[in-house]
Amino acid sequence: MPCDEDKSRMMPEAILHNEAKESVISIKSLYKSFGENKVLNGVNLELYKGENVVVLGRSGSGKSVLIKIIAGLLKPDEGNVTVLGERVDLLSLRELQELRLRIGFSFQSSALYDGMSVRENLEFPLVRNQRKLNRKQVNDAVEQVLHDVGLSQTINQMPSELSGGQKKRIGIARTLILKPEIMLYDEPTGGIDPITCVDINHLINKVQQQYNTSSIIITHDLTCAKMTGNRVAILVDGKIAKEGSFDDVFESQEPGIKAFYNYNFIK
Amino acid sequence: MQNNQNTIQAKAPQKSITERISTFFTGLYDIYKFILRFSREAFTPPYEFKEFIRQCFNMGYRSLGIISLTGFITGIVFTKQSRPSLADFGATSWLPSLVSLALIRALAPLITALIAAGKIGSNIGAELGSMNVTEQIDAMEVSGTNPFNFLVVTRVLAVTLTLPILMMYASFVGLMGSYLNINQNELTSFTSYIHDAFARITFLDIFASLFKSLVYGFTIGITGCFLGYKTTQGTVGVGKAANSSVVISMFLIFIEEIIIVQVVNAMR
Repeated sequence: MPCDEDKSRMMPEAILHNEAKESVISIKSLYKSFGENKVLNGVNLELYKGENVVVLGRSGSGKSVLIKIIAGLLKPDEGNVTVLGERVDLLSLRELQELRLRIGFSFQSSALYDGMSVRENLEFPLVRNQRKLNRKQVNDAVEQVLHDVGLSQTINQMPSELSGGQKKRIGIARTLILKPEIMLYDEPTGGIDPITCVDINHLINKVQQQYNTSSIIITHDLTCAKMTGNRVAILVDGKIAKEGSFDDVFESQEPGIKAFYNYNFIK
Repeated sequence: MQNNQNTIQAKAPQKSITERISTFFTGLYDIYKFILRFSREAFTPPYEFKEFIRQCFNMGYRSLGIISLTGFITGIVFTKQSRPSLADFGATSWLPSLVSLALIRALAPLITALIAAGKIGSNIGAELGSMNVTEQIDAMEVSGTNPFNFLVVTRVLAVTLTLPILMMYASFVGLMGSYLNINQNELTSFTSYIHDAFARITFLDIFASLFKSLVYGFTIGITGCFLGYKTTQGTVGVGKAANSSVVISMFLIFIEEIIIVQVVNAMR
């Protein structure tokens, strides 16, 4: 399926011309191994305010590990990650919890709470982090995010009654309810049909504009990369092999990058 | 055949004794850290009161049926089985005392705990295990909430506080079962039965049973939560967590029973 919507052409002017760049995530020389398996092998990456960076890579290349380290769910072996000016590895649990309120994390599996309805899923982070809100304010916030993701009708449904695409959207809505400054998407289009994928891509762009978020999008879907990424970074052998606009990255003749492009349906 | 054996060996390499000992002590240290974290989080606000009540309802109210059935049958069967031995000495009038002592001191706490280990322990292990492997616990963590407080503290407290209530209920139902049997055979009145049943029960008996139930409840809760919270290996891991929750809880309950009985007997 050809994709004409190249997001890197729509990059904010300031970012495009290296002006007034404010880094919101800075990753320096990041290493992570699981036993003998070296997953990240010196990753360096910057995310600037207002942009969407897509991290592409093959399955098992360490993309999900990278954003789990950013969110403080995993600890790096070496290197450091600075998010909104805070070194993630040096924060106490309480400080990390406060920082996480400014980060939205959309899981590959959506990770909706099985035992709770859509309304309860959305209320869960809100009522625990903003305890002064009254019932009406909570209801309004839930209805607003559901409206933003286009699923107002599902408010009383259970996660088991939702389709894969709907679950992804509700997962995104659950993070948006706290109005995060940064969004981390783990395979947002993984396991769903191509048409719903395009809807999710539009939603990611809508979130960027409406909520003024900066995002890291982890994917191996080139359509998603092209539609949502202001900048693309490709992870090969645990390192960022190349980064830049979508076209710049895939003009590369490096075998690891070329192979990735050649085997994708977008060729 | 030879190939198959090689494959199996390759898939599951045997651990050396040193590795097994090391894994055992690492596991013990992890449990120690888990209990320490529980003790800290249980007294740290915010308190998940609503979830605690929900868990108490799930664990307590929904266990009443099976506790009633087993308590009642235990009361009847214990009375029936004890009668011939007492009858040989012409001492069937001691049946109410015997049954009440056996029920309150040993049978009710133990039966309630074993049923709870099977019903509640496996449920906690499976529920937290599946939440873990489907990243629901991670999702709670990244949304700035404390999953340990919401999932572990509420469940452990709920089962710890619910079990003594279930134990008292099981004792009551067991005594009623016993009364039915005694009333049928010896035509003893209810007032007389209750008088005889409680004649030899002391405060220490009731206190020890309540204390035992608290300990068993805590054991079931912590074991289920620990194994569920640390689940790995996907759905296979969930099954293992549920199964191990029951087996380990039951094993620990028997060990605790032996220790508590020794201590209480020394105090008597």
